[in-house]
Amino acid sequence: MSMDDKIRLRVPRYRPETDSGPVWQEYDVPLRKEWTVLDGLNHVKNEVDTTLSFRWSCRMGICGSCGMNVNGDAKLTCATFLSDYAPGPIKIEPLSNFPVIRDLVVDISDFMEKLPRVKPWIIRDDDVTEIDGEYLQTPEELDAYKQFSMCINCMLCYSACPVYGLDPTFIGPAAIALAERYDLDSRDHGARERLDVLIEHEGVWGCTFVGECTKVCPKHVDPAGAIQRYKLKAAQENVKALLLPRGLR
Amino acid sequence: MTTQRQYVRPISTFWWVHKRSYFIFVMRELSSFFVAWFVFYLLMFIGAVSRGEAAYQDFLNGADHPAVVAINVVAFGFLVLHLVTWFSLTPKAMVIQVGGRRVPGPAILASQYVGLVVVSAFVYWLVTR
Amino acid sequence: MTRPRIEPLVWLTFSGGGVIAAVFLPILVVLFAFAIPLGWIDPPTHEHLVSVIGNPLTQLALFGMFAMMLVHAAHRFRYTLYDGLQIKEKALTAAVCYGSAAVGIFVALRVLLSV
Repeated sequence: MSMDDKIRLRVPRYRPETDSGPVWQEYDVPLRKEWTVLDGLNHVKNEVDTTLSFRWSCRMGICGSCGMNVNGDAKLTCATFLSDYAPGPIKIEPLSNFPVIRDLVVDISDFMEKLPRVKPWIIRDDDVTEIDGEYLQTPEELDAYKQFSMCINCMLCYSACPVYGLDPTFIGPAAIALAERYDLDSRDHGARERLDVLIEHEGVWGCTFVGECTKVCPKHVDPAGAIQRYKLKAAQENVKALLLPRGLR
Repeated sequence: MTTQRQYVRPISTFWWVHKRSYFIFVMRELSSFFVAWFVFYLLMFIGAVSRGEAAYQDFLNGADHPAVVAINVVAFGFLVLHLVTWFSLTPKAMVIQVGGRRVPGPAILASQYVGLVVVSAFVYWLVTR
Repeated sequence: MTRPRIEPLVWLTFSGGGVIAAVFLPILVVLFAFAIPLGWIDPPTHEHLVSVIGNPLTQLALFGMFAMMLVHAAHRFRYTLYDGLQIKEKALTAAVCYGSAAVGIFVALRVLLSV
C-alpha cells in the first residue's frame, strides 16, 4: 500500500446535550500497515476531530479499556489492525449491550455492581491474621485455575452474550468465570458463599451455552466452559442438599 | 454535573439472523421442538402397535405419506444438528480426569460417537431380530 | 447452607434428555420413521414388536427416555421463547412449556402401559 492510502471509519456520534440518538460520522485515516483501529481513532482525535470520545489506556491488550464493536464483532481496538479491514469502510460502534454515555463510551456500572457479588477474592475459613511467609501452591494447583485468572475485565464477553443483551439481570460470563477462578484456587475456602450467589436464577441458570463469550475473549479465558462446569457443580451440591440429612452436608 | 440521558440500543427480535453463529445457535435451540415431535411420533407408533395388527399396518401406511415423510426428514435434520452440536459441546463443558490427568477433548468427542454407534447397533438388533 | 432448589434438577434432567436425544433417538427415528414405513427393511412382525415393547424393562427404559427428552425439549424451548421472541410473560411461558411436558409424560405412561 502506498503512503497516501486511507481507510474510512464510520462512527456513531452521540452527544447527550444535543442528540436524541446516534448520528453517523465518517473519518478518513491513514492506512498504515502497523496501525490498529485504536491508532486510527487517536489519529481522528489528534488531527481531525478532538470532540470524539472513546476509552483506551495501555494500547497493548492488558487493561481491557478499549473494547468496541468493529464491523459488528466485539474486539479490543488496540489489538485489531486497520489493514485487516482494507479497503474498508470500518464501522466502529460502542460495545453492544451497554448503554451509551457519549460517542463510543459505554456505561459499565452494571458490570461493576455484579463483579463484587461473586466475591472475587481469596476467602479463608480460618481466623489466621498473620502467616509466616506465603501460602504455598504447587504448579498443578496453579494450573487448575490459571486460565480463568487471565480475565482483564474488558467485557467483550458481555457484549457478545445474547442472554445478557436480552436479560440484563443475568450476572454474565466474566463474573462467573472469576468465581470459578477463586473456587478452583487451592488457597480459597469460599466456594459455598459464591455458590449461594450463582445458584440464583440470574446466576448460572440463565446461560444457554451460546458460546460467543469464549469466541470473543481476547485472553482465552473460556468463560462458557467455566459456566457449564459451574452448573454441574451447583447441580451436584443441590442433589446433595436434597438427599443428605443436615448433619452430613 | 447534571445527569445526562444515556442511549440504550434496542435489540431487534431478529438479532439472531445477522450473524452465522447466532443463527446456528437458534436453530440448535429449535431442534428441541423436533425432539418433542419425535417423542410424540414414537408414542403414536407404540399406541398403534398396542391396538393390534391392523392398526400397526395402518400406521405404517400413514407414515409413508409424502407429507409425513417430509416433516420427518426436516425434523431429522434438526435432530442431527442437535446431536452434532451436543457432542461438540460436551468436551468444552466437562473436565474429566482419569488417574490425575485430564482426558483430552477429542477423546471425549470420539467416545460419544462410539456410544452412538454401539447403542444404535443394539437397538437395531433388538428390533429386527 | 444452600437450600434445595428445583432449577438445578431441571437442568440435570435437561442434560440427561439431551444425551438421550443424541444417542438413542437417532436410531429410533431411522427405524420407525424411515426404514420400516418406507420399506428399507422388512417390517418386524406385530408380535415381535409387542414382545419387545411390552417387556417391562423396555417400558421402564422408554418411559425414562421419553420423560427426559420431553423435559429437555420443554426447558430448551422455554429459553428459546425468552431469547428468540423476547417474550416478557416469563412465568406463563415456563408454566406452558413444563406443563406440556407433564402432559406428554402422562400420555407416555398411558401409551406404554397399554402395550
